Amino acid sequence: MLKLSYLVAFVPIILVCATAVTVMLGIAWRRQHAVTAIVTVVGLNLALVTAWLVGQAAIITTPLLVFDDLTLFASVLILTATLACATFCHVYLEGYPGAKEEFYLLMLCAAAGGLVLVASRHLATLFLGLELLSMPLYGMLAYTFRDRRSLESGIKYLVLSAAATAFLLFGMALLYAQTGRLDLSGLISGLTASTGVWGLAGAGLMLVGLGFKLSIVPFHLWTPDVYEGGPGPAATFLATASKVAVFVVVLRLMLAAPVFQERWLHDVLTTLALLTMLVGNLLALLQSNLKRLLGYSSIAHFGYLLVALVVGTGLAVETACLYLVTYMITTLGAFGVVTLLSSPYTGEDASALHHYRGLFWRRPYLAAVLTVCLLSLAGIPFTAGFIGKFYIIALGVDAQRWWLVGGIILGSVVGLYYYLRVLVTLYLVEPGMRRRDATNDWGLRAGGLVVIGLALLVLLMGVYPSPVIEWAEAMVIAVL
Amino acid sequence: MMLVWLILIPFVGGLLSWQADRWGDKAPRWIALVTMVLVLLMTLALWLHGDYELPALTGESQAIRWAMEWRVAWIPRFGIDIHLALDGLSLVLIALTGFLGTLAVLCSWKEIVHRVGFFHLNLLFILAGVVGVFLAIDLFLFFFFWEMMLVPMYFLIALWGHSGSEGRTRIRAAVKFFLYTQSSGLLMLVAILALVFSHHTVTGTYSFSYEVLLDSSLSEELAMWLMLGFFVAFAVKLPVVPLHGWLPDAHAQAPTAGSVDLAGILLKTAAYGMLRFALPLFPEASQTFAPVAMTLGLVGVFYGAILACGQQDIKRLIAYTSISHMGFVLIGIYSGSALALQGVVVLMVAHAFSAAGLFILSGQLYERLHTRDMRHMGGLWGRLGSLPGFSLVFVVASLGMPGTANFVGEFMVLFGTFPVAPVVVVIGCGGLVLAAIYSLILMQRVYFGPAQGHGVLADLDWREYTMLLGLVALVLLFGLYPQPLLDTTAASMAEVEQLFQNAPPKVGPLLSGGQ
Repeated sequence: MLKLSYLVAFVPIILVCATAVTVMLGIAWRRQHAVTAIVTVVGLNLALVTAWLVGQAAIITTPLLVFDDLTLFASVLILTATLACATFCHVYLEGYPGAKEEFYLLMLCAAAGGLVLVASRHLATLFLGLELLSMPLYGMLAYTFRDRRSLESGIKYLVLSAAATAFLLFGMALLYAQTGRLDLSGLISGLTASTGVWGLAGAGLMLVGLGFKLSIVPFHLWTPDVYEGGPGPAATFLATASKVAVFVVVLRLMLAAPVFQERWLHDVLTTLALLTMLVGNLLALLQSNLKRLLGYSSIAHFGYLLVALVVGTGLAVETACLYLVTYMITTLGAFGVVTLLSSPYTGEDASALHHYRGLFWRRPYLAAVLTVCLLSLAGIPFTAGFIGKFYIIALGVDAQRWWLVGGIILGSVVGLYYYLRVLVTLYLVEPGMRRRDATNDWGLRAGGLVVIGLALLVLLMGVYPSPVIEWAEAMVIAVL
Repeated sequence: MMLVWLILIPFVGGLLSWQADRWGDKAPRWIALVTMVLVLLMTLALWLHGDYELPALTGESQAIRWAMEWRVAWIPRFGIDIHLALDGLSLVLIALTGFLGTLAVLCSWKEIVHRVGFFHLNLLFILAGVVGVFLAIDLFLFFFFWEMMLVPMYFLIALWGHSGSEGRTRIRAAVKFFLYTQSSGLLMLVAILALVFSHHTVTGTYSFSYEVLLDSSLSEELAMWLMLGFFVAFAVKLPVVPLHGWLPDAHAQAPTAGSVDLAGILLKTAAYGMLRFALPLFPEASQTFAPVAMTLGLVGVFYGAILACGQQDIKRLIAYTSISHMGFVLIGIYSGSALALQGVVVLMVAHAFSAAGLFILSGQLYERLHTRDMRHMGGLWGRLGSLPGFSLVFVVASLGMPGTANFVGEFMVLFGTFPVAPVVVVIGCGGLVLAAIYSLILMQRVYFGPAQGHGVLADLDWREYTMLLGLVALVLLFGLYPQPLLDTTAASMAEVEQLFQNAPPKVGPLLSGGQ
């Protein structure tokens, strides 16, 4: 059953898992923070390289997993995000009094879960990947558990995520009841013949479960609290790797399954997209905490991304992939700056806006990085975010979905308002404020280099997006 | 390649002056000054050596010819090029940008004392963006630059502005400016995309190129909507009256250099956009829309003038006069006659000089009196050396006295519009009377009447003197001999006129086929 080519395709996942095991054994033998970090980074880099090499080969389909261009794309994003998080962790955890090394272990497990999730073509792997991605996150979010907020955010995520999982499982059960199949291709063919009430209900419930993870609007309540409370690197991972992985699997489902093109489900999705972008942006207006604000802004961004799912034809896949890339590098950069400012760990993260007052005059380059990231989130030209927004609007205009286009425009305008508020704070001078600051050598540390690299990448993508566009355009998605 | 340098030089200069901050306050100022002078000299060289007096176009109205062109593929997926082109209109406006940029650097020499390097970074980035707007001929690139100049302008107002009274903080003004322009800009993006995709459905290729899209055929209704998308974006920037809310605040709260840039150049990007894109891309829709646009222009003329009369803040007063003047520009643009269009160009240049002069003067008043409130001025004529004399010149220019460039512009606009829309012109002339009133109010309240203090205030130093003298010379030069300006822009304006007037009437191609 297990062919050699399968094994080749599994190599990235195996490498990540092996790294996790190595880290675990290392911890059992002797705790050494630096060594653990290095092992993690090396393992992830190896996985990244092999993922790229494997991706060059033809599409490999195993009974449970599929390795096509979309898988490769998502794997690269997840591994990159995890790598960036690992470098942030190293700086951040320096000051943490408790055990430091387990954080890497949890993160590696979550990354492995993400890799499985994006490759899944069977409900079993989908569920397995999703849980493997989520479970370590509970631990990561509550890692600095002596801090009440961190503990709170971990537990909140645990409870709500469990509820979402229940929905997801129920949905799967209903789909199974309707079709008698669990593999996606079987499900799809079963549903094409006749959707049926149970099929629709099942699809809807699965959507609820996945919507929780993506914080689509009626299911978004956990996002700001969890973002605010969780330690910097964990929140970064949650906002980037985890969301990207879940979105990719939703994208795969939507593109393949005709049930999602069902009229009323389609209308529901359109409404959700509109609601998500507007509510996310409107709620962000009132925030005075940067991490909460980024939380709401990520809700809004997934609202924009839903447009790609609603349209589902033409440029949709290209748009979704491009937007994911821009969203991920931008969010990584923004969270990276927050994490660096809160590093090394000395209690609650420096995320209140007043910590950022006059940052430019203390740390010009760090503030410049944050400026670039915020401008990119706002979709201003010369940044990657503009290309993403351009694509989303283009998609809406091409499909003539004027309501969605209107929503995007309204959302972006509201969004600008709060991004600008943060931006101008960075440049104001207010003497006598309590200051939290990055360490003096932040620019020489791995985390600092990564953040600067991300900002440059954001600018580069804004000015010369062709390579990424070509990559997204040429994407071949396996027929499930 | 010269065109690329025109954009790159201010851009690089901005980065340099930011970094030069560490060598003291002087270094960024000098770098910025040299940069802008360089841009100015380059455009003047282009003006001298280029040939902009293209022969009048014959029936083939599509044969657009540029004096210079530079093109390289950028995002081939959507047929987006970095496509820069120069013709008479853009040349004049770029020269204006270079000149006012130099003035903006000069007039902040003493006003800006904090974070000098970062200030000049923002200032030069704005100017780079503006030059980009005037050169870009690919719609995507145009939008790119259009949006790019907003962010540094926002910082300029928010960080170096003056907070007015009554809760009119500079940050509020900056945010207002940004939201107005950005949201209208997004409408333009949607219009651009809709244009591109409708072209795509017809021809099967993506293209953002101006020349290609000029030929695309649109249904009447779609053209109207798209034209409105463009119009709203430009109308906010110009500004046209119901969309002008940001302008008084932004002008009043911005530092002098910001006001000079805003009034002198940024408002002109809107008029340029209409002349270059809104009219030629949608000639028929524009023609249908012209009466509405001209009415809006009339409303602007009167609204701006009447509100200007009631202002206490000298910079707000000047801001409202800008609204009034831009009303004439709007009328001229939508009249579509070559004479009025050329008048529009002269008026834009003239208004840039006179408004810049007035803003610089109010900046200098502020440096001496530390107030912009006209209730605290009065009786300054004898106390300020030569400053009041300069004020009189610019005020007189602003009200359109013969001999100044403003007169030439306004006269040509009204004269050219008369055959098309006599009623508009007759009513519009009333605006000239109001212009005289607010101008005299300004002079009267600031320089005459009972003095509010004693002693003589500092006279102009050589830097201020040179700036103002240069402006006065230009106002008079183009007032007495506007021909070089007219010659340079004649070809481009004739082209706009031809596109506008030869737009096939709605009946179909039958009637216009014979040309």
